Amino acid sequence: MDDYLSLFSQYNIAAAFWITIQLAFWSALISLILGTVLALMRISPVPSFEAFGAAYVNIFRNTPLTIIILFGVLALFNQLGFTLSSDFNQNFFRMAIMGLAIYHAAFVCEAIRSGVNTVPIGQAEAARAIGLGFLPAARLVILPQAFRGAIVPLGNVLIALIKNTTVASVGSVAIEASSVMKTALEFRADIIIPIFLTFAMGFVIIVIPVGLLTTWLSKKLAVAR
Amino acid sequence: MSASVLFDSPGPKGRRTILLVNVVGVAVIALLLYLVISGLAAKGQMSPQKWASLFTSNAWLNFFLPGLASTLQAAAVSIVLSIAFGLVFGLGRLSEHKAWNWIAAVVVEFFRAVPVLLMMVFFNIFFARSGIVPGSESPFWAVVVALTLYNGSVVAELVRAGVHNLPKGQREAGIAIGLTRGQSLRLIEVPQALVAMLPALIGQFVVILKDSALGYIIGYTELLFYSRTFGAANANTLQALLLAAAIFITINYTLTKVAEWVARRLGSRGPRRSKPGEPAVVGLPAGLPGLPDTDADAGQRR
Repeated sequence: MDDYLSLFSQYNIAAAFWITIQLAFWSALISLILGTVLALMRISPVPSFEAFGAAYVNIFRNTPLTIIILFGVLALFNQLGFTLSSDFNQNFFRMAIMGLAIYHAAFVCEAIRSGVNTVPIGQAEAARAIGLGFLPAARLVILPQAFRGAIVPLGNVLIALIKNTTVASVGSVAIEASSVMKTALEFRADIIIPIFLTFAMGFVIIVIPVGLLTTWLSKKLAVAR
Repeated sequence: MSASVLFDSPGPKGRRTILLVNVVGVAVIALLLYLVISGLAAKGQMSPQKWASLFTSNAWLNFFLPGLASTLQAAAVSIVLSIAFGLVFGLGRLSEHKAWNWIAAVVVEFFRAVPVLLMMVFFNIFFARSGIVPGSESPFWAVVVALTLYNGSVVAELVRAGVHNLPKGQREAGIAIGLTRGQSLRLIEVPQALVAMLPALIGQFVVILKDSALGYIIGYTELLFYSRTFGAANANTLQALLLAAAIFITINYTLTKVAEWVARRLGSRGPRRSKPGEPAVVGLPAGLPGLPDTDADAGQRR
């Protein structure tokens, strides 16, 4: 037991998860903005916007996140000298956030689009029938329902994103959970299973409330049809 | 876009506006592409020798094809094992034995919440230390076991959702002809659920294939590893990584299209439901993860 407890004084596990949460927060924010813009492009009646949104989604949804983050470090930074901050560590941290955001924006886009698809076409027809123009119809009738329909898929994207922050370790963010776990596993051969379970439980503790919250929200806000 | 919920079919004025915005959109996208390509060219990245070496027999025979073979090997073994794992634990979650049911629920929920990379890193070190597998094969089995535990848990949820979405009459008919609950599950419900979940299952293959690239981090010599090695040797890492990404995109896009095609095929079987003598056909379970419009990667439903 003492062997196990010494793990916490040897490695700053709380700090590692704090980095994980920071990575998740910023990339969730950026991917939400980027994904919303892409979703608007994909549902717009303008063919070139629609094509651009579809191409973005098909490219980034089908590329492994590992390649995207590795591309940032090896291609953009090493080969092109591209940086996002003059501070060495801060640069990799921001690059990992951008990689995560670019990848998950494709999924956010599809989540929002699937929310719009849950709105029956009769709702739009009814809105037009009572004389609402395009913007009032969108604001008062369609988007409120579309947003509620998107809660569960958006929650799933957030859960995937939190778990995927571990991939930042390949982007030279050496202080997040999976890198710290790797170091701990290498130096504390006596307790590798407890170490794994500790880090795994850390993620369970973060992820399960997010799942419960989105389920609760989606039920509370469900549109009765 | 006449079928869109947001837009009515545009009139003449609307069509003119759309055309105008479209032209502007094309111009902006073309400008963006031009800026990226000219930016790359300014750094000497568009020069022919940076790209030509990617399309030599050396590049393919010694790097990209062996890499792709290892990636596909890990993915194929993981797919088979995930389906087996998913069936066992999916049936577990449907079981009427409280204990079995509870164990399956804990296992499935746990492995869906733990990042795949965390499991890979752990199993790699665990296998190497414990000597369960030969040392050189430890990364391969770490990749396979981690992918199996996560994706198998997702498949277990697919099986469960698939059975739950069957019409209740299927089970009642099974019981009525004297089958036990377990027999009715095995012989009647699960086979139909498997057909219905096929598109979502193919979507999950995309996730497995993508996540196999995580093996790069623990030293499994897959496509990404070979691409990087090739890029380092030829000073064209950027180009080699783009090619690796293109290979992944091609395979995954094809799989996604196959999933959509299967979904349409299954969907079109719907109307035959009313025909006498036909087995009642399973519609697509609503909201299964991995269906064309949902996110296969984030395929966790709670």
